[in-house]
Amino acid sequence: MASVPHAREGDAGTGEGGADDGAAPVVALRGAALSYGARTVWRDLELEVRPGEFVAVLGPNGSGKTSLVRALLGRWELSAGTLTVLGRPPREVSRQIGYVPQQAALSTQAPLRARELVRFGIDGHRFGPARRTRAVRRRVDEILREVGALSYADVPLGLLSGGERQRVRIGQALATDPRILLCDEPLLSLDLHHQRAVTELIDARRRAHGTAVVFVTHEINPVLGLVDRVLYLAPGGHRVGTPDEVLTSEALSRLYGTRVEVVRVHGRVVVVGAPDSPGAPEGTPHHPQELHERDGVRP
Amino acid sequence: MTLADGIWQQIFVFDDYGELLALVRNSLVAGAALGLIGGLAGVFVILRDLPFAVHGISELSFAGASAALLMGVNVVAGSIIGSLVAAAVIGVMGARARDRNSAIGIIMPFGLGLGVLFLALYKGRAANKFGLLTGQIVAVDTPQMTWLLATSAVVLIALAVMWRPLSFASADPDVAEARGVPVRGLSLAFMLVLGLAVALSVQVVGALLVLTLVVTPAAAAVRVTASPVLLPVLSVVFAVVSIEGGILLALGSSIPISPYVTTISFALYAVCRLVGVRPRRRRGAGRRVTAPEPAF
Repeated sequence: MASVPHAREGDAGTGEGGADDGAAPVVALRGAALSYGARTVWRDLELEVRPGEFVAVLGPNGSGKTSLVRALLGRWELSAGTLTVLGRPPREVSRQIGYVPQQAALSTQAPLRARELVRFGIDGHRFGPARRTRAVRRRVDEILREVGALSYADVPLGLLSGGERQRVRIGQALATDPRILLCDEPLLSLDLHHQRAVTELIDARRRAHGTAVVFVTHEINPVLGLVDRVLYLAPGGHRVGTPDEVLTSEALSRLYGTRVEVVRVHGRVVVVGAPDSPGAPEGTPHHPQELHERDGVRP
Repeated sequence: MTLADGIWQQIFVFDDYGELLALVRNSLVAGAALGLIGGLAGVFVILRDLPFAVHGISELSFAGASAALLMGVNVVAGSIIGSLVAAAVIGVMGARARDRNSAIGIIMPFGLGLGVLFLALYKGRAANKFGLLTGQIVAVDTPQMTWLLATSAVVLIALAVMWRPLSFASADPDVAEARGVPVRGLSLAFMLVLGLAVALSVQVVGALLVLTLVVTPAAAAVRVTASPVLLPVLSVVFAVVSIEGGILLALGSSIPISPYVTTISFALYAVCRLVGVRPRRRRGAGRRVTAPEPAF
């Protein structure tokens, strides 16, 4: 428990990145279902995520994206089926999951510097007095350099921009050198410039270390070029496949049970006519109009 | 002699100072202990946004202390019991900030009302009554001192053990929970520790003014530093200076200790607020986050 993790070298085994088809899955959902009381958000979910694979989780509000995150973190029990991370229950391997929450989740008032946030990722869970302080501090510097945040390591988080905070977040998530990065809407309320910086950071990690990425987002376009597979959750069911298989008019129309048009413009995916379920109980902001307009916009 | 001079001489009296000092030796020791734990607990009160809870706890602590006074039992013990009950209720009922504030708003007047009832029934010295609300310096006798120091030690050890996970859970509850930190358990544990710290502060500064020891010093420190080491150190220094300074100034006068403590504490906050106008970060000064330099 007390060990200070260091970057693994040369065991990624994925070469030029992308999924490693032969490797054992790092995340496996089999016949999985999740309900809140009588309401089932998804069922019969079959998904295996392999090392180095980039899986985007898409879907409208209320379709169970946040619930999936909670299940993967071991904070919510499945109502049916099994979920394993590295072959074990998620709670037992929490150090192997680097979690990047929505950036709004962090209090901007806290008297906390970037450095401390990263350090929490290393030993924030340990009770008692600090140990191996110098080694931990060196590791924190190393991580901050890796994510390009060393220049504002000592700046209070409240004074950082959203994009800078999200870099620090990713640093925190990587602090334990995890095999999986679980990102919950990490691009929310970032401008395009910072969106690109953050996705490049995540992609670089995946390519260098074979870290699997599960990327929950309501907006596929910023990561479209990186995504190996898509899990599309919808009120009427779900679909797993490559972006070309899932993001089609036929597939989405079937998922939504109504006519949905998927148009490709300049390498961008625009979804027209997908109903967003109102009154969704999830934490994601609820501006379907805005989302759909943003889908098509890129300079 | 003008009226103003008269008032001034009532507020600052230094006749026979040496002899008086010997009388309050206990209070000075207790004050140092209180400053230490008040300053430390205050860091988390600010971090977790709990000032209103501190106030709510102190009113029930007052009710407990006045009940003890009425029954002729140990006042410190009464005040601790009142505090712990309030802290447990707030901790259990108010996991979320909004629920918490209504829970506090409901139990606080009830506690204050109970306290007033007990005091009205109490037939002893009036100074004892007043002291519970506004503080008194010679209140600490030797048996109480043992209680104070033992409870301070408990608070200190508890804070030392849970300092890091509590910081993590306070600043970043989402990720802390994902990493297996018992966020809810820590929240309740801290409320109980806070209850103890508040009960101790009530003994010296009185129920109405606990915030001056448990909130103001940490709030002042937050204005000037974000360092995880300097923040608690400064908070403790401010709290100790306020209370010891207050005791020393209040010594010769007939005025309660609290105005002295609160004034010093407030002055420290004001200075920190002025000094700590945080450097607005080089906005638009040519430094932009350009392409990342991933070193993976």
